[in-house]
Amino acid sequence: MKNRSFLAQNPSILWFIAAIAIFTLGATLMSEAAGTGLISTSFVKTLGKTLCLMLVAIAMDVVWGYCGILSLGHMAFFGLGGYAIGMWLMYARTEIIVAESLAAATIPPTPQEVSDAIASQIFGVVGTNKFPWIWTFADSLFLQLLMVVLVPGLLALVFGWLAFRSRVTGVYLSILTQAMTLALSLYLFQNDSGLRGNNGLSGLQNLPGLDGVPQATVSIAFLWASALALALGYVLFAWVVSGKMGSVIRGVRDNEARVRFLGYHVESYKLFVFTITAVVAGIAGALYYPQAGIINPAEVAPIASIYLAVWVAIGGRGRLYGAAIGAAVVSLLSSWFTSGGAPNIDLGIYVINWTDWWLVLLGVSFVAVTLFFPKGIGGLFDLFIRNDKRAPDAVEARRREAAE
Amino acid sequence: MSTLLELSGVSVSFDGFRAINNLSFQIGEPELRAIIGPNGAGKTTFMDIVTGKTRPDEGTVIWGEKSVSLLRMSESHIARAGIGRKFQKPTVFESQTVRENLAMALKNPRGPFDVLLYRKSAQGAARIEEIAAEVGLLDHLPRMAGELSHGQKQWLEIGMLLAQEPRLLLVDEPAAGMTPAEREHTTDLLKRLARKHAVVVVEHDMEFVRRLDCKVTVLHEGSVLAEGSLDHVVKNKEVIDVYLGR
Repeated sequence: MKNRSFLAQNPSILWFIAAIAIFTLGATLMSEAAGTGLISTSFVKTLGKTLCLMLVAIAMDVVWGYCGILSLGHMAFFGLGGYAIGMWLMYARTEIIVAESLAAATIPPTPQEVSDAIASQIFGVVGTNKFPWIWTFADSLFLQLLMVVLVPGLLALVFGWLAFRSRVTGVYLSILTQAMTLALSLYLFQNDSGLRGNNGLSGLQNLPGLDGVPQATVSIAFLWASALALALGYVLFAWVVSGKMGSVIRGVRDNEARVRFLGYHVESYKLFVFTITAVVAGIAGALYYPQAGIINPAEVAPIASIYLAVWVAIGGRGRLYGAAIGAAVVSLLSSWFTSGGAPNIDLGIYVINWTDWWLVLLGVSFVAVTLFFPKGIGGLFDLFIRNDKRAPDAVEARRREAAE
Repeated sequence: MSTLLELSGVSVSFDGFRAINNLSFQIGEPELRAIIGPNGAGKTTFMDIVTGKTRPDEGTVIWGEKSVSLLRMSESHIARAGIGRKFQKPTVFESQTVRENLAMALKNPRGPFDVLLYRKSAQGAARIEEIAAEVGLLDHLPRMAGELSHGQKQWLEIGMLLAQEPRLLLVDEPAAGMTPAEREHTTDLLKRLARKHAVVVVEHDMEFVRRLDCKVTVLHEGSVLAEGSLDHVVKNKEVIDVYLGR
């Protein structure tokens, strides 16, 4: 048997990375930071955010398209990653502001006074001036970065363990994941959740200690970081879904019971996939929200996770680049339509206003793709690529069979 | 020949219907055993109980030299302990190649991290080819399992069973959909396997059972009606009444 290298077996990896690299370089050259200013800084941020959405979409594709678990809660993990990094960003920046304002004081402030001042700055809006316990590590960038990975990872691990152990599958599991993200969002909406209720965390675009650096430069840095994370995520997931692991995961999707009778503990595999994708979703969120500037509980509302599933379905389940393309196309079109980019159509008796009608168009596209193009946008690649290199063998085998 | 699997006093009901009724059954290693019985006799439920899919209401299921109870083990744990199952309807992974199907079944550590870090070895590849040759699918290794004919899928599933290297093979209607030549090959294969392993074959086809030339257990309404050689059981009055004389 030919033991070809991992990259040779997965040519899409190199194509994908090349496309990301060209895209990132192109966007950089056209940005205000490069001096050309062909695209605005806010558009660079939109592109950077899109890369993060592509990353969470490929994670969703692994859990749904490959492993068959229709999770409608993965944006909760994305949001938790955002909250984790947002806590540090807000704390560290407020600390600098407070330090500046207290510097003028005649009596040097005690550490307790500094801490109280920071707390009342951050939490005054929800009527408290005490740090909730979940902010214990907010002063440490390192620990909060750890939280970006740990919080979504542990939540997914515990939730997945409970759900998979009880053999909850199919639509019941989807409902359960919706309940999880709904519960999380409702909890976060409360003022005493410790995360500023419906105000959420804001000002995340301002990096502490880097006030002198213009947003044009910051946006390019995040664009690159997002592109790097997307490329690494793609390689990671391409590796997971290739080889024997991929075989077992797709087996779980197609016939869970059969995999079990082969001696594989299906629940462990589901838990592995669920957790690793949740961790990647958390990382994607941690890169997204500093570019968005604000995170609030609406971001983890159930609808966000449903959109994620729609992107993956439209892009094409079961192939990573399909999910990434779906996320990019649909989310960019969505912001184009809803921000008034698309001209309204005057029908004489009725004006089609795209900000209202975009959702209808998206819904119709989703139904159309599901019914008529189950392979999604990614399926278009099959038209160009001779995908089946085994074809000569198979043709030969069929001919022999016919002869028999 | 030592006893490998022993069921005693096993009963299970579904919504008041007693699918298995005080069933006792033993099989040694090595041994070839055919189970026959009319529809609804409990043949498939018997396999479900042994493989852990169904939990009996009463009775014990004891496995191996250490006499461990299978009733507390999960399906995957039972499979790893050495019980392999071939389903009546061929169930292979249709969107994967024949090679991938066999590789998945190949006896290797089954944990997620073992599998993630698994490296293809020349040894494993040789074993896959050996099994594929055995079941006549050597030329079809790169094909999608879904493209195979019904008979070939049966063979692939038998190949997957072999790849697992189980001690006890539960084979449900292996000859369904096979040509006479293929049936003969199947009988030879099962008889050869039974020299070293315990093999339980559930079959409707009397001719096939006769060719297996082994001890036969007749199931009826969830319990054993008769046991012995085929010639012996077909003379049994009750067996004739419930099964053969239909």
